[in-house]
Amino acid sequence: MTPLYMAFLGGGVLCLIGQLIMDLTKANITPGHILVGYISTGAVLSGLGLYQPLVDAVGAGATIPLSGFGHLLVQGTLRAVESDGLLGAFSGGVEAAAAGITCAIVFGYVAAVLFNPKD
Amino acid sequence: MNVDAKKMHQIEIQEYQNLVDGIKPKPDILKNCIWAFLVGGMICGLAQLMVNYLLALGMSRIDAGSAVSCIMIFLAAFFTGIGIYDELGKRAGAGSIVPITGFANAIVASAMEYKREGYIFGVGARIFSVAGPTLVFGFAVAVLVGLIKVFLSS
Repeated sequence: MTPLYMAFLGGGVLCLIGQLIMDLTKANITPGHILVGYISTGAVLSGLGLYQPLVDAVGAGATIPLSGFGHLLVQGTLRAVESDGLLGAFSGGVEAAAAGITCAIVFGYVAAVLFNPKD
Repeated sequence: MNVDAKKMHQIEIQEYQNLVDGIKPKPDILKNCIWAFLVGGMICGLAQLMVNYLLALGMSRIDAGSAVSCIMIFLAAFFTGIGIYDELGKRAGAGSIVPITGFANAIVASAMEYKREGYIFGVGARIFSVAGPTLVFGFAVAVLVGLIKVFLSS
């Protein structure tokens, strides 16, 4: 089990990097860009085998940031390729992330219908 | 004459820019970073607490990770709905964007704004205005990595 302070440190540093990207770059970086950047970077690092050691060290500190979602997609894909070959390259990602994506859509829709924006 | 007018105009623009730069508040980078670190760290720490609890109950590592992601997404959707998450986001910046709770926040916040366009093509479509691009790039990289592995192992 990963100790809490390691998850805190890992997650904190990943968010700090995101904040530096937002504050130090001149271009207008929106939250959307940060999310796309993190999921892509996490997926690429995972494909290169560099993200798993981070997950081993800081646990949720690496899986909860969106880069961990990219890692989940890639690892699911790689597992499926091992068992199903080419078809797995297309099925593995959704299979691994199914719960998260479905929750995001369903809870997101329900919350958006039930609540109104504050102004 | 025309050249002089142009020159004057240039100088005015420069002076105006200097004035704006002097008045515009500088983003307080150190403060922003501390907030991002603390809030992001706490969100991940909370998730780790739940993961450890589920592992102690005998759940597999993969299932525990999925379950905790679902719980975090639910919490973020709820706190975005009641308006607390965006209050936090004003201070926490990337600390509230980078974790998966920020993904859920982006979904709810953009969908809520478009309620007047209807529940199907307003809320139903706007759910994906930020989540869509995120998933597109995530899946694109994942499929690419999968294909590379297929070709390397064949």
